[in-house]
Amino acid sequence: MTVLDTALPPSPPTVRREALYFALRNGKLLVGLGVITVFLATGLLGPMLVAASPNDYVGLPMQPPSSEHWFGTNTFGQDIFVQFVHGLRTTFAVGVLGGGLAAIIGMVVGFVAGYRGGLVDEVLNMLTNIILVIPTLAVLLIINAYLGIRSVGVQALFIGLTSWPWAARAIRAQTFSLRSREFVDLARLSGARAWKIIVREIAPNMSSYLFMTFILLFGGSILIASSLDFIGLGPTEGVSLGLMLQNAHQWSALHLGLWWWFIPPGAGITAVVGALYVANVGLDEVFNPKLRET
Amino acid sequence: MRQYFGRKLLVYGLTFFVAVTINWMIPRFMPGDPVASMLARARVSQPEAVEAMRLYYTNLFGFDQPVWKQYLNFWAALLQGDFGISVWVFPTPVSTVIMGAVPYTLGLMIPAVLLSYFVGNRLGAFAARRKVLDNTVLPVGYVLTAMPYMWLAVILAWGLGVVAGLFPVAGGYSFAMRPNWSPQFVGDLLLHWFLPFSSLFLVALGGWAIGMRNMIIYELESDYSNYLAALGAPQRLIRRYAFRNAILPQITGLALQLGVLVAGALVTEIVFSYPGLGSLILKAIQNQDLFLLQGTFLFIVLGVLIANFVIDVVYVVVDPRTRTGMAGASA
Amino acid sequence: MSLTVNGLQVYYRTLKGEVKALDGVSFSVRDGEILGLAGESGCGKTTLGKSLIRMDGRMRHAGGTVELDGERLPIADDARMNPYRFHKVSLIPQYSMSAMNPTRKIGKMVGELLRSRGVKLDRADLEARLAQVELPREVLDRYPIELSGGMKQRMVMVISTLLNPSLLVADEITSALDVSTQKAVARALAGFRDTGFVKSMIFITHDISLTYQIADSIMIMYAGKLAEKAPARTIVTAPRHPYTRMLIDSLPEVGVRYGDKKLSGIPGSPPSLLDPPTGCRFRDRCPLAFDKCAEEPPALEVEPDHFVACWKA
Repeated sequence: MTVLDTALPPSPPTVRREALYFALRNGKLLVGLGVITVFLATGLLGPMLVAASPNDYVGLPMQPPSSEHWFGTNTFGQDIFVQFVHGLRTTFAVGVLGGGLAAIIGMVVGFVAGYRGGLVDEVLNMLTNIILVIPTLAVLLIINAYLGIRSVGVQALFIGLTSWPWAARAIRAQTFSLRSREFVDLARLSGARAWKIIVREIAPNMSSYLFMTFILLFGGSILIASSLDFIGLGPTEGVSLGLMLQNAHQWSALHLGLWWWFIPPGAGITAVVGALYVANVGLDEVFNPKLRET
Repeated sequence: MRQYFGRKLLVYGLTFFVAVTINWMIPRFMPGDPVASMLARARVSQPEAVEAMRLYYTNLFGFDQPVWKQYLNFWAALLQGDFGISVWVFPTPVSTVIMGAVPYTLGLMIPAVLLSYFVGNRLGAFAARRKVLDNTVLPVGYVLTAMPYMWLAVILAWGLGVVAGLFPVAGGYSFAMRPNWSPQFVGDLLLHWFLPFSSLFLVALGGWAIGMRNMIIYELESDYSNYLAALGAPQRLIRRYAFRNAILPQITGLALQLGVLVAGALVTEIVFSYPGLGSLILKAIQNQDLFLLQGTFLFIVLGVLIANFVIDVVYVVVDPRTRTGMAGASA
Repeated sequence: MSLTVNGLQVYYRTLKGEVKALDGVSFSVRDGEILGLAGESGCGKTTLGKSLIRMDGRMRHAGGTVELDGERLPIADDARMNPYRFHKVSLIPQYSMSAMNPTRKIGKMVGELLRSRGVKLDRADLEARLAQVELPREVLDRYPIELSGGMKQRMVMVISTLLNPSLLVADEITSALDVSTQKAVARALAGFRDTGFVKSMIFITHDISLTYQIADSIMIMYAGKLAEKAPARTIVTAPRHPYTRMLIDSLPEVGVRYGDKKLSGIPGSPPSLLDPPTGCRFRDRCPLAFDKCAEEPPALEVEPDHFVACWKA
């Protein structure tokens, strides 16, 4: 039998250029990234530009938004915009640290389980499934309740330690399907070591997937952190969007009609997380031709 | 199929074991003296009472015994349904306090989860590959699913409760009433239930709609859909098949989302001071009632495990492949 | 004449512009004829197969006509094409392994598919057809996942031909199978023609030796155009187009050891169809090319039923 097909896989630069082409034309991706950039810039630059610190008493309490205090003031006369700007920074920090840690653990577990297979896979899979089933927030509640002093870093650490399982499972499945591909076989035959094959051959071939996993973990971490903050287990020092919501609720902003106290922090979280999710769909469409609209 | 359930049950058993172990370990290995911190927060003024409580809790933790024995004792107590005694409402057993709150949480969660699941899946399936609908359902879905549960709850409470005055915004029923099964009380119960339910329902709805939309697009692009289309099968049939196949990963998705949904229910309850487990947790934290907190934790884990098992059973019923023992849901 | 294709042009919409995957192809298939369609990947053979039954969203019908049993097929109009699908034109897809809904029992799926086309399932007829391809009737109560690759392939063949279509397009159906199964599948297809389940067939493949075993005539395509079409025997023994000759020469002959004769691939690769060169498209790779090749060679009938598009033929 003669096989006439000598179809070569498209060379990487072409794929990358094509991805860039679609990326620049994907509305979802652009809108998502745009919103994230605006909020990130606000969170990074804002605290430097506003003079007051978030807990300062800056003026009359319970004032609606004005040109002086853009988001108004709360019952303690604190400027809500100043708090918002600082809170955004915390929110991004928790997202990046928590999501990043979860992504790293998920990748290590997923790659090792998927590539090694056998007993290692069985054990890791069991571990993954166990942590997957335990409700994350409940564990975090217990842990945080016993921590006397809570910081953003520790919060992110525990979020990272508990929210990796689904990522590990997804990466394991992907690794599994890549493991038996020719280029991996080739690397194996040429005597490369396992971790090298994973880093050089397998990971680059699912880099877009890994990035999307990180984005979802990023958003997830922000939501979990805000719930923890709201329950009263947030950082003991500093300010975050979740803590602002907690304060607003605790000090009856609802009944006092101080809508400018509880609207901005929630809107901020929703915008950032929503933008992350939308950007993720955009990325999916860029890298997955089947999803592009014809 | 037996193997499938065997594996699942093993995972759940191990999970419960791990959860109990975490529960036992944390108070013992975290810095600080849990008994002291609990008593410091407990608002008990008489010194005798404080002393009685200290004795009770020290015994309960069993700090004078070797560690392995403490662990075994912990299990022994647990298996007898003994979760300890609450500090907040001393001396009510933790299990009694929890049992009083569970019906409210379940009454909130079960309808919200099931309804959002069915409506969301329908909506997502409907939107997929229909341009106009897709352009409305998708953005709304993303906004909903990106919302923190408590924020939507706060907004609904403010808009429909405080401003419009349509619904009460706090409690499970009016303070003036005593729980009974009279029509007035049930009506009052429903009125208090509506807002927390709605906010839980809406946030969850967005996630399901988006998930289903994405799943169904994959299914509509799949080989069997193309084959049916090439043979001229009507869209109706193709979509029906796609929906059925897309619902399978969504069932697994429901199991994966349980933790998030529980978390959502907890914070929603806190917003509305709804007398379920969420408010209980808040009280436990505010009063450093660690036994109550730990008991609630175990209860939630147990509930999630049971729900997972129910979902597994449903999956087997819906996916024929698990029954023929060929393949099906991994994990 | 069962099928007459006249100057068919089908383009793919891509980022960089339209790819002229099928650029003016004319041929016909008689009743009872099996036409083997061969060529390198990207020559337009799969595009041709798809155009005859269902174009995907990126394809555009740019010109030409398709007539089946004297009726013009509305190939560009998805909705108007639907009545013809399955009843008149049917397809055995490349992806037979995954062509059946994984969560439906096969028998049930077939029943639902037929009902959706307004046909009542004739169980006895179906079982007879299954028997013809040596499938037990129990497969109808199984899920696709419970069947072996070869069984799935045969099952899809039976489903596709249930309504006795006038034209069957079999697209690369053997590439996923091992050699002995390939032969069995090819024979079964010929059997379908002999028992009248299908009137005529287009058998698309990149494997000329397999085509030769069942096809009555073979059409070779190159870069979106017809290169040569002739009775199978003629293509293999007396090809006229230099491209066909090189293809045939690259085949290992039965009984000839590889050492005796070097397998010669064809150097070079087909031109980009985004902006195809004028004149003969094989010119750059052709050892016989001369000045005249700058003009496009028409497909001429050099002897009865033998069409060649080459100035040197």
